[in-house]
Formats: sequence, structure tokens, C-alpha cells
Amino acid sequence: MRGLAIETKGLTKRYGELVAVDNLNLKVQEGEVFGLLGPNGSGKTTTILMLLGLTEPTSGTVRVLGFDPVRQPLSVKSRVGYLPELVGFYDDLTARENMIYIAKLNGLPRGEAYRRIDEALEQVGLEEVADKPVATFSRGMRQRLGLAEILIKNPKLIILDEPTQGLDPEGAREFLGLVRKLKERGITILLSSHILSQVQKICDRVGLFYKGKMVLEGTVSELALKVLGSACRIRLEAQGSQEAIIKALKSIPGILQVRQPAPGLYEAEAEKDLRAEAVRAVVEAGGNLRGLEIEEPSLDEIYTHYFEKVEVER
Amino acid sequence: MTLKVSREGSPWKGLWAVVTKEMADHMSSARMQILEILIALTAFGTVYATIQEIRAVVGHDPFLFLRLFTVRKDPLPAFVGLLGFLIPLVAIALAFDAVNGEFNRRTISRVLAQPIYRDALLFGKFLAGFFTLAIMLLTIWLLVMGLGLIFLGVPPRVEEVVRSLFYLGACLFYGGIWLAVALLFSVIFRQPATAALASMAVWLFFTAFWGMIADALAPVVRPIRFGLPEEYLAQFQASLALSRFSPNILYGEITLALLSPEVRALGPLLAFQLQGAILGTPLPLSQSLMLVWPHLTGLIASTILLFALSYVLFQRQEIRA
Repeated sequence: MRGLAIETKGLTKRYGELVAVDNLNLKVQEGEVFGLLGPNGSGKTTTILMLLGLTEPTSGTVRVLGFDPVRQPLSVKSRVGYLPELVGFYDDLTARENMIYIAKLNGLPRGEAYRRIDEALEQVGLEEVADKPVATFSRGMRQRLGLAEILIKNPKLIILDEPTQGLDPEGAREFLGLVRKLKERGITILLSSHILSQVQKICDRVGLFYKGKMVLEGTVSELALKVLGSACRIRLEAQGSQEAIIKALKSIPGILQVRQPAPGLYEAEAEKDLRAEAVRAVVEAGGNLRGLEIEEPSLDEIYTHYFEKVEVER
Repeated sequence: MTLKVSREGSPWKGLWAVVTKEMADHMSSARMQILEILIALTAFGTVYATIQEIRAVVGHDPFLFLRLFTVRKDPLPAFVGLLGFLIPLVAIALAFDAVNGEFNRRTISRVLAQPIYRDALLFGKFLAGFFTLAIMLLTIWLLVMGLGLIFLGVPPRVEEVVRSLFYLGACLFYGGIWLAVALLFSVIFRQPATAALASMAVWLFFTAFWGMIADALAPVVRPIRFGLPEEYLAQFQASLALSRFSPNILYGEITLALLSPEVRALGPLLAFQLQGAILGTPLPLSQSLMLVWPHLTGLIASTILLFALSYVLFQRQEIRA
């Protein structure tokens, strides 16, 4: 069994009357990509700062890689790479100089530091501008430089706060591609975002934040099942007896609902990916299959739906 | 589970990384280069003028090199007078955007996410400013001494060198106070311009107004009821004590006692206290030092206090911008 990279119990942060983070119980497995999602001001950044020991919790406990960030902040911070929201650099220094400063703060010996810096710059594709002042960098380049700077620590856990903020779609896609590569190296990644659709693809599990509370947690299909009532939607285009096809589809265990938006088109809400079963059922019911599609629900949809429910219940 | 009260590791981890980075920034910044040029020019100008004035007394005056700092030739002020203005200016310029600058560049969370404590960042920034100031003052001192050697044609005596080095130390801690003031305001105010203006305001207050306020307060603290000489003396001493809350006054008195060895006291002297004294003879170095020892401790203590205050405020600050 894999260990826990992050574990919080009853973590709470109050700023006077305002409860920024409310009784948070979060568990992140080693090696997984966990997304903290939610609107701005829902407590994501405060949670991250508490994980790093940059803000003290009002109550509750935190364990990061087995260390307590309140009492052992140096152990935590030397193993965790953190990319703040809209990260800033010393603009008059070059990319390399900025990284050398960080390497020195980490106490890396000079030769080792230079080797790691070159490596990291190459990984994020900035080796050609390494000796240019950061003032000339675009937002996307800064974000990648931030990632490179994290890599020189050889971190076990990387925390990214709104990493795609301010990036154009192409830049965001590129950046998330880099993050995916890190995941393949077995690094645990915690990222926060309010742009759900962008991060949906790379997160193993997500937690949805609302007003300081984690209101939903799990894989995207688990959440979809919980909130929307189905994990995916199978679209079929088939010719044949409509009644027989609908009946056959409905009889598959795990299919929750079947609709017919247009003649010859069928939509089945399913608990999981049941494409193979659906195809077999249609064929056995004497239908001619013309097309098959599966649609996974977007986090946006889940989120919107969830909050509609919350608002109605109030 | 027992609660561990102590923090892990040393608060000084990463200190030298911060100090060297900040010093490199100071040395290469346009702001400091302008100030350095300004100071070098004033040093050269005033000292050159002074040399014209004191050349006549070469051979008579045992403290020729100290006169380089203190003698003025109209219309130029004496070099020490100029330094009294320039040191606070430089110190404030070194620190007014130290902490708020990190917030504004959004680098603070990135730096503090490294395995260092906040202590190292703040103290590193202070030390970097302090060392920069020290290097600058030492350069000026060498410049003045060098000019003296060339134009006066006599070497300085050991006592002159030691006296002027003590004066240099006093300058450094006088600068340290303004460095700490600017650092404090850079922690309090998010806008560097506000911090700079606030530091300047404090400096102006002590330069221009504190003397007047001390004079106005003295009669309240020690009123003259019967017109006795004791009352006048007490009032004068109260005014003096109050005025010494200003670092400018302290610094001025240190300068006077260290660079003008004939000065025997920094307060009122009564006739009987001068009995047996040969007027105009210089005090030995150790006695001059005794005279300014409380002043020096005062300067150093205020620097430490001001730094401690900014330290406390910085520790309590939320990192998120």
C-alpha cells in the first residue's frame, strides 16, 4: 500500500470572524495528482499555505510527507516544491540567476546546483533564454521557469497554486503537459484551480471546495455519479425497432436511464463505461449500429449542478 | 504526544545566500550608483576645499587629518555636516522597499517556500544594507585619508586614524538606525513610496523639529519658579536630555567629541569643574571615548530595538499578497 503524501485532520483557519478553511480532512496518496478545485476565495490557497507551514492553522493537524509543517517547516519545505499563484521573479536578474538564488537558499553545493539548473531548464524548454533577464519573459515562460525552479529541489511533492491562471489555452495545455510528465516520474502533485475543465484531464482525484469546506471528493466519475446520477453518457445511433432497442438497453445492469433525443438516436446514462454491453444489446435486439460515442461529464457540469442543488436546498 | 516547543533547524539557514544576493543587488542598482557618485563628489569637493584652508597650519596642528572632516571653507559646509545628511539618505534608500518590494514582485512566497525561516530573509536584508553602508563609508574614509596624504604631505598620526575609525563606526550605526527605520516602514506599508516618504518624514522630524520640541518641553518638565541658577541649570539639562532622543543629536555630539579632541564635555560645564584644566588642550582618546560611550550604546541599542520591532511585525504578517 502506498503511503499518504498529505494528511490533514480537522484543519481549520480563522481570520477573525471569517473561517477560511473549515474542518478539512484531506488525504492525498503518494504518486497521485489531486486537484483542489473551487471558486476564488474558497480556501484553496489558505490550505496550501498551511501545508507549507507559511500560515499557522487555527486548529487541526497537518502531515506532509510525514512531517508537521508547523514544527518542522524546513524538512517540509526542502522536500516540497511550491509554485505560487502568478509567481514573481526578480526581473532584473536572468532566469539562471533567479534559480541560483533558490539553489543557494536550498543549500545545494555549487556544482550540483549548476548541473540541476541546466537539467531543469532543459526539461521546461527554457535553456535558450536561460541568460536573459526575466523581465523579457512572457507569463507562460515565467510559469515554466517556476516549475524548473521547483525541479532543482528534486521534490517528492509539488504544489501548484492556480498554475494555468493568466496563460492562453495553448500555454496552459503545454504547462499541463509538463505536469503530466512529472506525474509519470512518480511525483505527487497537488494543484488548485478554478478553471475546472483545464485540470480535469490530469487529476486522478479532485476535491471541490466551497466556502472553506471540501464539499465533494473523489474521481471525476465518482463525483458525476454522486451529483449527476450517472458517470457517463453513451450515445448510440442505430436503425431498427425503437422499442426493442430501448428495452434491450434498459435491461443492461448499470444503465440508469435511456432517452431518445431524435429518431434513431439513443442516449444512455450509465454508472460506468458500458459501451461494449450496449453495442451487444443493440445488436441482439436486431438493431443496426451506425455510431457510438461516450461522453464523460465535465467537472464544470458537476460543479454547476451541485451548486444549483445547494442553492435550491437553502 | 508531547508538544515540541522548539522549531526545527537554525533560523540563520540561508542567511548568507540572502545577504550576498541583496548586496549584489545594492551594488549594481542604479539607485545606489547615483548616491555613490553623489557622495564621492561631495567628499572630493569639500575635502579639497578644506585642504586649501588648513594647509596654512600644517606643522602647528597635531590633528590635521581630523580637521579634514570638520573644518569648513565657505560657502561649502564641512564634510561631517554633509555626511550627516547623506548617511540617512543612503540608509533609507537601501531599505525602504526591502520587504514590500518582495510582496509587490510576488517573490515573497516563492522565497519563503524554500527551506529557510523568515528570520533569515529579514536579517539578511538588514545585514546586506549594513554591509553596503560599511563598504561605502570605508571607501569614503580611504578617499579622504588619501586626499589628505597627497595634498598635506604628512602622514596621519595613529590617534587620528583611530579617532576617525571610531567616528566611522558611529556613522555606521547612525546609518543603521535609519536602515532599521526604513526596514520597519517597508514591513508596515505595502507601497515602497509610502515607506520612503514615512522614513523621510521621521528623519525630517528629528532633524528640523525635535530640537524645537525639546526646547519647548524643557520648561514644562523643569519650570523656573524662583529664578535660581540651579533651576536654569536643571532646565538646560532637561532640554539636553530630551534633545538626545534624536539620533541626529547623538550623532552630532559623537562627531564633535571624536573629531575635535579639545571638546571636554557635551553638556554644561561649570566653572569649578574647569579648575586646573588647561583650556584648549586636547583630551586623550580614551577620555573622548568615555564622553561618547553612552551615545554610541544609544545608537546601537536603538538600531537593535527598531530591528526587533520590524522582526516581530514581519513574523506576524500573512504571506499571501
